[in-house]
Amino acid sequence: MTTIPASRSGAPLRRPRPALAPLLAVPALVMYVVFAILPLGGAVVLSFAQWDGLSQITWAGLGNWTSVLSDPVTWNAFVLTGKIMLVSVVVQTPISLLLGVFTAGRQRYREVLAVLYFVPLLLSSAAVAIAFKAILDPNFGVAAALGLPFLKQDWLGNPDLVLYVVIFVIAWQFVPFHTLLYQAGVRQIPSSLYEAATIDGAGRVQQFFYVTLPQLRNTIVTSGTLMVTGSLTYFDAVFVLTGGGPGYATRLLPLDMYLTGFTANQMGPASVLAVILVVVGLALAFVLTKFTGFARMQSDQEGV
Amino acid sequence: MSVRRLRASALAITALAALVALTGCGTAGPSAAGPAASDGSVKGTNATVWVISGATEFVFDNSFDRWNKAHPSTPFTVQSFANDPYKQKIRTAVGAGQAPTLIYGWGGGTLKSYVDAGAVEDLSDLAADPALKDRFLPSIAAVGQVDGKTYAVPNNGLKPVMIYYNKDLFDQVGVKPPRTWDDLLALVPKFRAKGIAPLTVAGASKWPLLMWEEYLVDRLGGPQVMQRVLAGEKNAWSDPAIVKANTMIQQLVSAGGFVDGFGSISTDSSADIALLYTGKAAMTLALPSAYQAVQSGAPDFLAAHKLGYLDFPTVKGGKGDPLDVVGNPSNYWSVSSKATPGEKKTAEEYIKEDLLDSSYVSDLLKSANVPPVQGIQDKLEATSDPEYYGKIYSLASKAPSFQLSWDQALSPEQADVLLTSLQQVFLKQITPQQFSDAMNKTLE
Repeated sequence: MTTIPASRSGAPLRRPRPALAPLLAVPALVMYVVFAILPLGGAVVLSFAQWDGLSQITWAGLGNWTSVLSDPVTWNAFVLTGKIMLVSVVVQTPISLLLGVFTAGRQRYREVLAVLYFVPLLLSSAAVAIAFKAILDPNFGVAAALGLPFLKQDWLGNPDLVLYVVIFVIAWQFVPFHTLLYQAGVRQIPSSLYEAATIDGAGRVQQFFYVTLPQLRNTIVTSGTLMVTGSLTYFDAVFVLTGGGPGYATRLLPLDMYLTGFTANQMGPASVLAVILVVVGLALAFVLTKFTGFARMQSDQEGV
Repeated sequence: MSVRRLRASALAITALAALVALTGCGTAGPSAAGPAASDGSVKGTNATVWVISGATEFVFDNSFDRWNKAHPSTPFTVQSFANDPYKQKIRTAVGAGQAPTLIYGWGGGTLKSYVDAGAVEDLSDLAADPALKDRFLPSIAAVGQVDGKTYAVPNNGLKPVMIYYNKDLFDQVGVKPPRTWDDLLALVPKFRAKGIAPLTVAGASKWPLLMWEEYLVDRLGGPQVMQRVLAGEKNAWSDPAIVKANTMIQQLVSAGGFVDGFGSISTDSSADIALLYTGKAAMTLALPSAYQAVQSGAPDFLAAHKLGYLDFPTVKGGKGDPLDVVGNPSNYWSVSSKATPGEKKTAEEYIKEDLLDSSYVSDLLKSANVPPVQGIQDKLEATSDPEYYGKIYSLASKAPSFQLSWDQALSPEQADVLLTSLQQVFLKQITPQQFSDAMNKTLE
């Protein structure tokens, strides 16, 4: 606290009493240390140890790191995670953007639809996955129920298909959240901009491309950052839907970590994967905020 | 800091790390069944037990209810869990010294790891007690032993794997159930021609695939092949019997032996067995749980005697005994070493007096389980389906070798690679040779 931020009106904000300020951070700091730093430290320590969850912990030196980094399963998990990240952003962004713009309208039917679109977000991932598992069953699922044979595919058993099925289910679940972000973003755009555009003779499509999209720049960055870092933690839906299979076809990094730790009972290698996940996540978040101008917190409404 | 404390805190840290890494998804640490000593029970003797939910749950509940009524001062607190979550929860609980007094298990690699960690009591004296000695079938009781000492005693039905089939479909196509592997292959095109899937299997759940591998390897090379793997012999997975078995599996898959889309079918809602009794698939290779699934899903089908069953086919030129059986011999109780002396005493008294007693045996039979108990032929005769119960009993008790499912027999680490690699074999993503290479790596 070296500078006093000024509010728009120019009046100085009331400054907290200096002796009290650090104290106010203590509760948050304690939570952060206990629930984030300490476990992270534990994972780092365990990544150099050998432990099956039952017997004594023995030191393994760099053994876990070399074995994990030379394991093709790990690299396969990296590639899969990268794929799912990329495809998720490409699929989810346009859908949520368009839905967001659509639901931003104040018409009654749009508000009803907005509520409906929001429902998947209220369901737990496990419930969504179990439901989709039943729907996708080739013999008793949607294909049999609707009598549509082209829907009778080996959705979860075909290694070439399963990743896209997983991406679809994840998108079904998370598009509503991003739609909400875009809806809020669109509603913040001043109507004066649209009035000016109308006077200049811009049609609806032109208004979308020259007013709405540029005004949503920060929302796109926020939503994109959440999608990218979020895809590093896709776990529950995938775990219930495929368990990482068939074979290693959907064994993403977080899934690989969990299965190594809690199914194969190798806490050492699992901790290595956990540490890698944290590092990759931090690096991605850093790069995204640094190079998209997200951290500068500039307004797109300067001069409005 | 004692080793136990260190381990407990390491465990808590790991669980927390998992929570942090996977926001919103956490399996919280073990919460020991709280000792609710409000019913006048003696402190320190409040034994706890976790059971598996499902068709057999009431058998355990009834048995512990009877015990609690007869011994109000030393009762058991019973909690039930679904199968897969239980397996992960119990390991965390045992590792943290928070296990229930009676630990439900499968024998094999997990039991050995408990013994190595000193987590379970040596029950050899109890097993030698005259009251207990002649109660269990010897081959089933032997699975509870590690290095000649008893650490676990049977508590559930016999679970040998057999082929189950839909008699109607065989009549419809006009063929006989397969006695040999060649018979089985010859049936495939005949069922396909009528638009019926020859075999159903829940490929997404992985472990049902393992039964094919276990039987074929045993028929081809006998139980010795797996014994060499369990002994950790170098390159034991390259045994010709294993390579041949995987080749035969891929031949069966290529011929269209398994139902289309079997990789998407899971055992969750018994969708695999449903194909059998709805007339969409002719056969399946399964544990007795298939019978239970038909019993609850299509009781009429069962009552009309439309469900057939027979031994796994013989394989020409195979070295294994055709009477050999694979599956889960039974489930087992172990006593936690971390329990108080009073709790241990309660558990041991329970095992001696109530485990697999007459009412317990009757309940097991009601749940379509055949108890691993000696001299129950008359009880089998009195069941709703004496032929079936008798078949399971004789299959299990007469088998020269009753091999424990490999995913239970092996260490959890090897089992994970095994199940995933086998799924890849079934989907023809890897060759039998690649399977052997991947598995040999787990022996290093």
